Amino acid sequence: MTQPPAPDAETARELLRAMWRIRLFEERVAQLKRTLVVHGLIHLSIGGEGVAAAVCGQLRDDDAVYSGHRAHGHAIAKGAPVDRVMAELMGRVDGLCQGVGGSMHLVDKKHGFMGATGVVGGNLPLALGTALAHHLQSRDQVSVVFFGDGAVQAGHFNETVNLAALWRLPLIFVCENNGFAEFTSREEHSTIERVSDVVAPYGFERETVSGSDVPAVYEAFGRFLREARKGEGPFLLECLTYRRRGHYEGDQQKYRDAAAEQEWAQRDPVTRFIDFLIGDEVIDERTAAAIEREVAQEIEDAVRFARDSPFPDPTITAELVYAK
Amino acid sequence: MTEATFVEAVNRALAHAMREDERVIVLGEDVAEGGPYLVTAGLADEFGRGRVRNTPISEGAVCGVAVGAAQSGLKPVVEIMFIDFITLALDQLVNQAAKAHFMSGGQLNVPLVVRTQGGSGQRNGAQHSQSLEAWLTHVPGLKVVMPSGAADAAGLLLSAIADPNPVVFVENKSLYFRKEAVADPPEPIPLGQSQTLRDGKDVTIVALSRLVEDAMQAAETLANESGIEAEVIDPRTLVPLDLDTLAKSLRRTGRGIIAHEAVTAGGFGAELAAQLQAAAFDYLEAPIQRIGAPYTPVPVSPPLEDAYRPGAADIVQAAKTAMDWGL
Repeated sequence: MTQPPAPDAETARELLRAMWRIRLFEERVAQLKRTLVVHGLIHLSIGGEGVAAAVCGQLRDDDAVYSGHRAHGHAIAKGAPVDRVMAELMGRVDGLCQGVGGSMHLVDKKHGFMGATGVVGGNLPLALGTALAHHLQSRDQVSVVFFGDGAVQAGHFNETVNLAALWRLPLIFVCENNGFAEFTSREEHSTIERVSDVVAPYGFERETVSGSDVPAVYEAFGRFLREARKGEGPFLLECLTYRRRGHYEGDQQKYRDAAAEQEWAQRDPVTRFIDFLIGDEVIDERTAAAIEREVAQEIEDAVRFARDSPFPDPTITAELVYAK
Repeated sequence: MTEATFVEAVNRALAHAMREDERVIVLGEDVAEGGPYLVTAGLADEFGRGRVRNTPISEGAVCGVAVGAAQSGLKPVVEIMFIDFITLALDQLVNQAAKAHFMSGGQLNVPLVVRTQGGSGQRNGAQHSQSLEAWLTHVPGLKVVMPSGAADAAGLLLSAIADPNPVVFVENKSLYFRKEAVADPPEPIPLGQSQTLRDGKDVTIVALSRLVEDAMQAAETLANESGIEAEVIDPRTLVPLDLDTLAKSLRRTGRGIIAHEAVTAGGFGAELAAQLQAAAFDYLEAPIQRIGAPYTPVPVSPPLEDAYRPGAADIVQAAKTAMDWGL
């Protein structure tokens, strides 16, 4: 297989910036979880930044993205402001969802981040519904749903894939196969190793790429996106990644294999992408370092913004139950 | 006004809503063929199979698709053929639809209607005869509507479709072929307004869905045979609930009967009784009586199912018990 062409310099810088934004955000959240400044079950996406950036970086604000419980990276890559995501995790009034949604239920409608859901697989039909709305209203927007390999064994997955194929809607399934469904490895959940093989009989286009190889994800997703933009679909992109942290922050991770961990550390998408860009002379080391520095400042500003934001007034709980 | 069965009235309301607003779509198993009770008959011919979409037997995903479509600008009306099958769609209704507006801090709206039908009486057995509405009333974010007749069904359905929230619209199969005058086109009836069908000074009967007609029969029997004047109120919608009207009536009569087809234990009558006793405690002459089905699944054998189904005779008996309380 020939190596996909490198993204142009401006695109590359933006992808790298998005990846650093997710990486440094997540590392900061891990610290803040230990001191209970952020609340609830926290699922980090360290190791999966490349997929979020390469997919969302090619979408427009009016394209829809749905995510699952491990959603911070997808929301940020889709354009959700990091300060408001941080405030949401801290339960503050300036959070994306006024502090009532939390880590597993981020929504930023303005940027087309239509929602994370905490119930594995529950987001799949929602994304198809958005694709149906686009189709019936003759719009060229695309709907994208991120899910893990664990969701593939849920009933919603098969029901949704079948409907999407039957109705040929412009939906792109993006599976982040990170090797674990919660605490258990894929081979203990299914006899089918590759998620792209699970959907093979439905006959739509599918591909498996390394999620650590950002240009590969960018190229494959871009190809599907161009077709989906014309109303074609569905498509499935499986990205092989590795979850560098536990299922949630605080997970003791007794199931983890040290050798695999070491192997994946060497395939870290952020360092790999930087090496690739410098090697291809798309950007230089100074530019790469400057991006990291700028993003680090942005994250610190986000933490300050979130800490300074007040907790919401308790009356909003009752006010938000029904739309007026 | 023209005569229409409940089925025809719902069909008329769906067609009217689809003509008025092209965002309204209908989804469900066999809906383009009209469905087993012909509620959606003719809609695919008029509006096409794009807007009237047959679906596979995938209640969970179909409800989820409807939630996603509703969040993205459409107004879907999903049919779950039997309320018994709503069990397969509860993740989408309970975890997604009911909470999307709340969890998004008000960014998302889910203008979704889930039409379904429940109730016994057709020898369909334990998996096609249940009355599960109480479960749905327990979930903040859902609205729950239970029409008792054709005209109400049409009017309430129009309001349900216009509502920016997810509404579960629970029909009763025993009512499907009863005829009454229905406006054409139907007029919307607001959610949260009960209807007092009969005035009376002695006892208040709050009846849901099929039991409304039984309550009216019971009231006639009580008046004719015992000189007891019963007031009959149909709340029409369980969420939102018109508690004021019910409580005012109960404070006047001092005696309350709640009648529904669902199993009494844990039924919506329990919630109604609790709310009503709190609102009218000082006026009560007798404990509030609840009429519902026994704590068993629905049997098939005709004499067993007939015995299982609550009806007018049970209401008459409960009213007499309330009248005689303390004597």
